[in-house]
Amino acid sequence: MNVAVAKTGKGRAVSDLFTSAEGRLPGSPAVIAARREAFETYERLGLPHRRIEEWKYTDLRALVGEVLPLAAAPDAAALASAADAVKAHAVAGARKLVLVDGVFAAGLSDVKALASEVGFKTLRETLEKDAGLLKTAAVDAVISLNAAMASDGVVLSIADGAQLSAPIQIIHVATTDSASAFTRSQVAIGKGARATIIESFVAGAKAYQVNDAVIVSIGDDADVAHIRLLDDAPDAVNITSQFVTVGANTKVNFFNMTSGAAVSRLQGFIMFAGEGSELSINGVNLLQKTEHGDTTLVVDHAVPNCVSREIFRAVVDDRAHSVFQGRIIVRPDAQKTDGKMMTRALLLSDEAEADNKPELEIFADDVSCGHGATAGALDDNLLFYLKARGLPEKQAQALLIQAFVGEAIEQIADDNLREHVIGIAERWLERRS
Amino acid sequence: MPAVQETVERVKRIDVDQYRYGFETLIESDKAPKGLSEETVKFISEKKNEPAWMLQWRLEAYRRWLTMTEPTWARVDYPKIDFQDLYYYAAPKPKKTITSLDEIDPEILKTYEKLGIPLREVAMLEGVEPKVGEEDPARRKIAVDAVFDSVSVATTFKAELKKAGVIFMPISEAIREHPELVQKYLGSVVPTSDNFYATLNSAVFSDGSFVYVPPGVRCPMELSTYFRINERNTGQFERTLIIADKGSYVSYLEGCTAPQRDENQLHAAVVELVAHDDAEIKYSTVQNWYPGNSEGKGGIYNFVTKRGDCRGNHSKISWTQVETGSAITWKYPSCILRGDNSRGEFYSIAISNGYQQVDSGTKMIHLGKNTSSRIISKGIAAGTSQNTYRGLVTAHRKATGARNFTACDSLLIGDKCGAHTVPYIEAKNSSATFEHEATTSKISEDVLFYCVQRGLSQEEAVGLVVNGFVKDVLQQLPMEFAVEAQKLISISLEGSVG
Repeated sequence: MNVAVAKTGKGRAVSDLFTSAEGRLPGSPAVIAARREAFETYERLGLPHRRIEEWKYTDLRALVGEVLPLAAAPDAAALASAADAVKAHAVAGARKLVLVDGVFAAGLSDVKALASEVGFKTLRETLEKDAGLLKTAAVDAVISLNAAMASDGVVLSIADGAQLSAPIQIIHVATTDSASAFTRSQVAIGKGARATIIESFVAGAKAYQVNDAVIVSIGDDADVAHIRLLDDAPDAVNITSQFVTVGANTKVNFFNMTSGAAVSRLQGFIMFAGEGSELSINGVNLLQKTEHGDTTLVVDHAVPNCVSREIFRAVVDDRAHSVFQGRIIVRPDAQKTDGKMMTRALLLSDEAEADNKPELEIFADDVSCGHGATAGALDDNLLFYLKARGLPEKQAQALLIQAFVGEAIEQIADDNLREHVIGIAERWLERRS
Repeated sequence: MPAVQETVERVKRIDVDQYRYGFETLIESDKAPKGLSEETVKFISEKKNEPAWMLQWRLEAYRRWLTMTEPTWARVDYPKIDFQDLYYYAAPKPKKTITSLDEIDPEILKTYEKLGIPLREVAMLEGVEPKVGEEDPARRKIAVDAVFDSVSVATTFKAELKKAGVIFMPISEAIREHPELVQKYLGSVVPTSDNFYATLNSAVFSDGSFVYVPPGVRCPMELSTYFRINERNTGQFERTLIIADKGSYVSYLEGCTAPQRDENQLHAAVVELVAHDDAEIKYSTVQNWYPGNSEGKGGIYNFVTKRGDCRGNHSKISWTQVETGSAITWKYPSCILRGDNSRGEFYSIAISNGYQQVDSGTKMIHLGKNTSSRIISKGIAAGTSQNTYRGLVTAHRKATGARNFTACDSLLIGDKCGAHTVPYIEAKNSSATFEHEATTSKISEDVLFYCVQRGLSQEEAVGLVVNGFVKDVLQQLPMEFAVEAQKLISISLEGSVG
């Protein structure tokens, strides 16, 4: 398996990362120029570190140190091993779109079945004409790096009024060690459409890095479920940035499950652009060993009369480190906003760490906003109750942990998907005991 | 909603005239030359007749300060301060030793009168005894160490405190009379390198209070300091050091008002508290400095570092604050819970109106075993003000059994103001139990309707609700202060809640 030639070893020029990959990156000359500009931004900022407020608890300089070189395009062997991984993680009934080492794999995807209902292109195709997709509202070092290096992704457009008959599952598979995959996708959902999007990150290798960006726009009166399942390898790094714009009178059901990766961060920038919408944003982080899992969300109530609900749970074992940063912004005219956020961390070991930073930033008066945050161990009384009834320690713990994460998981509206996520949690608990 | 509408309109009308404590006393003062240099530091030290070690300490802080940059992370916005355009020292002209009330500058006396310090207490300045029969034995005593423009001009109740063994004096005197205590504790909680403003304070602090309560002593009265910023363009750099030795108890009150003026004034105080085994310190503040006029011009910049160290086992430090004044408040009274079973408390009411900006909160740092802390913060934002709660709760790896409860609530009055909550919660120990809750809302229309229906005016109704909203914190204030605090809340929300 060919790995990109550049070694961005610590202390060596960061620019190697870009110069060595430049020839292989898709796009017109204008796109390449935009990439170069983005890379310069990244070069200037460097990897985020704890002195940058948004990255206070996830110091990539300490945790990751360096960005691995761009993975080579997958060969036949890589595609074969990806096929196995896809099979293991495919959600029953969903239409798959597979990205292997950051490159779209048509052979593993259900493009034909999808094409009847959804407009589909790859990022590679889109970038031949237009650099627009490389631009996002929020910018930080990892987002700029993604814009510079994104090698492929899926560009979906779901027409107004479309009612998708099956969920769409975007599966990212990494098959190359010591390499990075940079992907960027767009999902545009039309007015009154109904869709379920699943994103999965799965491992076909051991130590790799993923830097993903997803741009989602949801039209008025739509009904959308967006589930993200991260099950990367224990030594992998996954940094994902999501940009979501929500139209009026729309319902969106988000869920994120992190149960892998040495270092992971999901940063979501979610904005209400139309009145009367309702967002349910939930997630579970299951962390063990020395894993570091970060969920950072900015929910921007830019317009009046919207509702957001966030429920997050983190289970932190061994020497793992969980981070939750949630910010609710209520803009000056966003009256009648109702925003609630609840985040709880369960510490299973004395060396585990949970950091919570739930923020409210409110510029309108007729609002009802609140947040709650707790951190603590399993309740000894409950454990005792279960043990007194004959359950072994680990099993009793597992039962309580399941109940703990269940509060977030049960927010998933779709029955099949909920069962699927419960299955992931159960397997994690089995692995633990 | 009509009540809020009314409120908003009245807030708009608030201007300087309504600032009750806006006045300036004309007395000669003794100033250091404008600007900050080693010379200024030496000048201050010399004025204070300080020993060489103190000057050295100041100079080290000054040199450190030169290498530091102003913090910018707080949610406050103000024009850059020119530190060379300030006076760092101003003292009333020294007088002969005061033997009777007549010898105290009448201007100063008037100031106290306007501030509402009872004349009888003023009469007791420097031991002027009240006439027999005027003394009300049921009334609790307050010892006032009055800091008038940087220099303590008088200290009352000295004798009684002396009998109990409590040392309560201006820190400049303590440096001369109790160098061993000052040297041991000064900078041990807030080191000279702590932060930009604390370091600046270490270099140029003019005066402040010093309290030492010996082992096993329960301080017989509430100790109190009134701060005044009086001389135009004078930065006020107070330094307070309170030490409660084993098993002792002390309650300290701090209240501030300042004259009205156009130019912004910098105030960078440092307060250090040390509680040894089984000791308890209760520190209460009512802050009502000039908040600026109706256009947001003028007003005090209040950049304060306050920190308590629960050094001993079973020690307790409690901060209570009512913040109603200042153009900008940047203040985080904190507790380091070092001793096992120690406890930290923070009760706060922060009211912002007009163009005020408040960024305040606390830090609870759990280091010892079975430490507990409690944070109750009530923020009220009116007018076009911005009110931020910023807090940190952290449990160290070895802080087993750490416990924290935090509740921070914000109330918004008017649609031009902002209320923000920025808590940091760091649990590094599985036996730590942290609970945090925060809410932001306006006053419920149902509640207002209920009150109005029973004959209250809209404004009275809002006042009633606000009083209920802050009750948890007001209850924590010493009785003498609670009345004043209530008055302050109504003054600062005048026009907004009646």
